[in-house]
Amino acid sequence: MKKLMACVLSLALTVSFSACQAGPSGSSAGGDTGASAQNSAASGETIKIGVVTPLTGQTSSFGQSAKKGLELLEEQVNSAGGINGQKVDFLVQDDEGKAATAVTVGQKLINSDKVVAIVGPLTSTCANSLAPICQQYQVPMVTGTGTNTKITEAGDFIFRTCFIDPFQGQVMAKFASEDLKAKTAAILFNNGDDYSKGLAEAFKSNFTSKGGRIVAEETYNTGDKDFNAQLTKIAPKKPDVMFLPDYYSTVAVIAKEARSAGVKATFLGGDGWDSSELFSIGGDAVNGVYFSNHYAADDTAKEVVQFIKDYKAKYSNTVPDAMAALNYDAGKVLLESIKKAGSTDANAIKEALKSYDGTVVSGHIKFNEKRDAVKAAVIIKTVDGKEKFFKKIQPDA
Amino acid sequence: MSVSLTASLKKLGIFLAASVAVFVVFTLLISTGVINAYYKRILMTICINIILALSTNLIINFTGQLTLGHSAFMAIGAYAAAAISLKTGLPFVLSLIFGGLVAGLFGFLIGLPTLRLKGDYLAITTMGFCQIIVVAIQNIPQLGGAQGLPGIPGKTTFAWVFFCMILTILVLHNVVSSKQGRAMISVREDEIAAEAMGVNTTRYKVMAFTLGAFFAGLAGGLYAFLMMFIEPTTFNYFKSIDLVIYVVLGGAGNFAGCIASTSILTFLPEALRAFGDLRLVIYPLLLIIIMILRVKNIRVMRLVKMIGRHKGGKEGDSHAAA
Amino acid sequence: MSLVEFLQQLINGLSLGSVYALIALGYTMVYGIIGLINFAHCDVYMVGAYIGYFVATDLHLPFVPTLLVAMLGTAIAGVLIERIAYKPLRRSTNISLLITAIGVSLLLENGFNWLFGGNPRTYPHDILQQSNVELGPVHSDTLHLIILGTSLLLMILLQVVIYRTKIGKAMRATSTDKDAAELMGINVDTTISATFAIGSALAGAAGVLVAILYSSIDPYMGIQPGIKAFTAAVFGGIGLIPGAFVGGIILGVIETFVTAWYSQLSGAIGFIVLIIILIIKPSGLLGKKVSEKV
Repeated sequence: MKKLMACVLSLALTVSFSACQAGPSGSSAGGDTGASAQNSAASGETIKIGVVTPLTGQTSSFGQSAKKGLELLEEQVNSAGGINGQKVDFLVQDDEGKAATAVTVGQKLINSDKVVAIVGPLTSTCANSLAPICQQYQVPMVTGTGTNTKITEAGDFIFRTCFIDPFQGQVMAKFASEDLKAKTAAILFNNGDDYSKGLAEAFKSNFTSKGGRIVAEETYNTGDKDFNAQLTKIAPKKPDVMFLPDYYSTVAVIAKEARSAGVKATFLGGDGWDSSELFSIGGDAVNGVYFSNHYAADDTAKEVVQFIKDYKAKYSNTVPDAMAALNYDAGKVLLESIKKAGSTDANAIKEALKSYDGTVVSGHIKFNEKRDAVKAAVIIKTVDGKEKFFKKIQPDA
Repeated sequence: MSVSLTASLKKLGIFLAASVAVFVVFTLLISTGVINAYYKRILMTICINIILALSTNLIINFTGQLTLGHSAFMAIGAYAAAAISLKTGLPFVLSLIFGGLVAGLFGFLIGLPTLRLKGDYLAITTMGFCQIIVVAIQNIPQLGGAQGLPGIPGKTTFAWVFFCMILTILVLHNVVSSKQGRAMISVREDEIAAEAMGVNTTRYKVMAFTLGAFFAGLAGGLYAFLMMFIEPTTFNYFKSIDLVIYVVLGGAGNFAGCIASTSILTFLPEALRAFGDLRLVIYPLLLIIIMILRVKNIRVMRLVKMIGRHKGGKEGDSHAAA
Repeated sequence: MSLVEFLQQLINGLSLGSVYALIALGYTMVYGIIGLINFAHCDVYMVGAYIGYFVATDLHLPFVPTLLVAMLGTAIAGVLIERIAYKPLRRSTNISLLITAIGVSLLLENGFNWLFGGNPRTYPHDILQQSNVELGPVHSDTLHLIILGTSLLLMILLQVVIYRTKIGKAMRATSTDKDAAELMGINVDTTISATFAIGSALAGAAGVLVAILYSSIDPYMGIQPGIKAFTAAVFGGIGLIPGAFVGGIILGVIETFVTAWYSQLSGAIGFIVLIIILIIKPSGLLGKKVSEKV
């Protein structure tokens, strides 16, 4: 029974631990952010926006791009005098690509740092977990890359500036059957990834409803690098097209292995394909591919040209990828709405977002009643190691 | 007997009174805003992690079985509780219990055949089981698959996690100080000797496994109703590894140490957040340093140990060097 | 499934299995001698791939020197890891060592992510000429054959080292009883360092070869093959060098066939098979049942 006493005491100890953590060490751990935050809040000089994105973990490469995009935006806005006379401060927090961490850092931003709104989270999983929290505390959240349909269902404070998974699947299915006249298709997707699975499902239902036939539907898991088992099975079915909805680092390997396994189909993909690294990993196998994207880097629209020029200037000639552009856009839509609202009141920002109507890098954005952006997709064709604008597909009304 | 019974009851009374006092203090701190919603969430996460760590502790330290798949039971509990609540509208508390029971059932079914395995073989098997559960959930569209299950009502409050934690401490403490507990320890100390003394080792191992799974399931349910959104990869074996780390750092079999190490390690990543990306480099570095210091007998958590010793945590001490 | 497809899948399975076997050899070697599941092994593999990357892209060395530099680098890394992180815990329980190994693993992954960023880097695949090899109706490629040959060669080499050389004898003695070995005049520290050097060099070689095969590297590339290789090692009977090879090959073949049959299972199949095998034969395919002494 003495152990029970031990428990009580340890509990008391835990309490004191947690208490001092919550108290002084909490604020001192927050150090620079916490203290400066308080000062600025008092003087009312900066508008604090939280950014939740993965900077470590297996999706960190996307998060690092997103951070770059948003830092560019922050610099641009502040050098132009800020918003409503106030400087903008993006507080970037790392969600590690994990749902639980996204919520924790989200609450840190909302409750401790008192941000007026949140840009992100980057992945659908994290966006899905943070959305109900933002709704609960009535903090507007704008995700630039969370494509899962359910995210904005959490409530009226949740907005999305990119198109949703079903739309991309629909666009590619329509393109395959109408433009490429494909009759048969194979799908190979990541069964453990919400994005990949979402696109695959949408492609499948749209392609079959247009009279096409799915001759093979195979899956793999995150981290897999050997797809020969699936590809050997797909090859003899001779599909006209093969839909590969995943990120560039994976699809480039699949494309290579598919060609040596004798798959002759035209590859189709989603926005995850967009990267200059695609060609260095995939080589010849990723030429002649069509994938849907938010914008084309060779687009001559002034927003695109300007963005690419600025990005290259700031980051030693790196070409921005979709993650950088989309998060830049999400931030921009939010800042413009704050400007229009004329205050940092959550409800005013929410209303301003609802009526937002403007053009950013990834095209014209206007929210529908589900607070999802309605915008066109572009089809990119890869030719000789370059991404070329091929076609623009408008959303159905 | 009656003397020891009254003594036990007295201790129980003190424990419960202390728990209530702690609860009241926290509730006051929360309601006055000293602990804001962010720290409150961390506090709740700590409580849930303590339930998980203590149930892992039951398996690792009271039967000597290394499990690297305990988070699978958390997943089962979380999904079972969330799904039944969403589909049938079962009240919150019943959903929690349901989650725990389903996890316990799985613990029993998995424990029966696999606990014949020893050491590293059991470790990899439990890890594999964890991966199988994650993949299975990813393939069940009714549970949301890889996209996760949103829309779970946020019913978990601080009171719920706190008193579930107290309940777990009481029950597990009671178990290990009972006849069953001594049998479990004998299994850890020397399985063959225990067997020779007439202890049905398999039975006690399965029992520990089932009970551990039940509490992990309970914690999973609390987690689901706290998060309002769950997705399978949260529960992969990395989470199990975290739990093993809590237990090992807490000192073998030591309840107090386990609670303290879980609290500190759950908070540590938050405290290190000011270091930005470097925090994930510092965390494992600290882990390695603490492990080395422990062996070198430098007491990192000197205070905790001293209190533990005071009350004669017998097995805690004999294994402190472990 | 037609005969041609069956044969092709068999070749796919062997190719995948050879990758697992190559990584599993180092795992099992360290386990066999000091009984530690070296969780950091798969990250040493990642370190090897990165060393190879920098040597090949910055110094423009050809394939063989690149491989050797990577092996040397990882051997040094392995010895350092053992000396700094594992040695102080040598006398403590397996589970403490395991936690430390996990710590080292996280440190390497996150450290590399912090140093070099999370973006996948494209491996210079031109350092090794790759071409398809047609064998009648089925095909393979040179790199897979090289990997298969390398794992086979290394397996034999390791067996020779362990059973035919003096250091091998010292390793076996250390494995049986550290204290007795010490009393017999064996320098246990050196022996264990040698074990880690060899095991890590194997990981380094695997890192370079597999990175060339899959064209890209990132700080977290070791996690998944690490788990698979570990499974393979346990499958064959952990601690047994031939077990790692056999386990790797069989795991690769089973995974390939099950994936071809029903790919939804691909993420779990390795483990399902493992659990079944272990329940039937608890010490792995080649493992002998050790009766416990009272």
